[in-house]
Amino acid sequence: MLLEILGTGCFKCQKLEELTRQAVKEMGLDAQINHVKDINAITNYGVMMTPALVKDGIVKVAGKIPSLDEIKKLLS
Amino acid sequence: MADCCTGGVKLLYSCSGAADVGQIADGVSRKLRDRAFARMTCLAGIGADLSGFVESAKGADVNITIDGCPVQCAKKTLERIGVTPLSYILTDFGIEKGKTLPSEEIINSLSDRIMRNEPTASGVKSSGCSCGGIC
Repeated sequence: MLLEILGTGCFKCQKLEELTRQAVKEMGLDAQINHVKDINAITNYGVMMTPALVKDGIVKVAGKIPSLDEIKKLLS
Repeated sequence: MADCCTGGVKLLYSCSGAADVGQIADGVSRKLRDRAFARMTCLAGIGADLSGFVESAKGADVNITIDGCPVQCAKKTLERIGVTPLSYILTDFGIEKGKTLPSEEIINSLSDRIMRNEPTASGVKSSGCSCGGIC
């Protein structure tokens, strides 16, 4: 599974990455997590607000930080 | 462009339809974007069910649609993904479909009226929320 955190590096983006890593660890998933900070790569997804979480090329959430439980649901 | 850590995100969609009023809707939307009224994004991305556009619409504080005519393709496109936009229909402002030459003057005038949140011909300012267009 490829997970991408979209965001230029602000607190919210870092928080989403932290929660995502925690979710992956607790769920025992085999996932590669990349933090995408390049604005052109972000806009190519059509994302208008960050942070955003992308799972295998599909944007799961944009513009907010989901809770840990919400992230687990998105990844399951 | 993707934005980060800012509250009150308003996204703007134009029907950009084939008719003259669709062309005017496109011009008005771009004018409103240039005036920083809202951030314009692609209605086609929603129609194509592209996840980034869909999730951005769902995550925005306000979604605004500019439709040229009462068919309201832009509004209905948003509604298909469960988003109720603040809706403007340009014919409600008194222009006629098929009889209105797209011009800078008309685009400026309609943009001004939307920014001032003037009542439309039907008396309906907007739909989708009760903010009156200021949220």
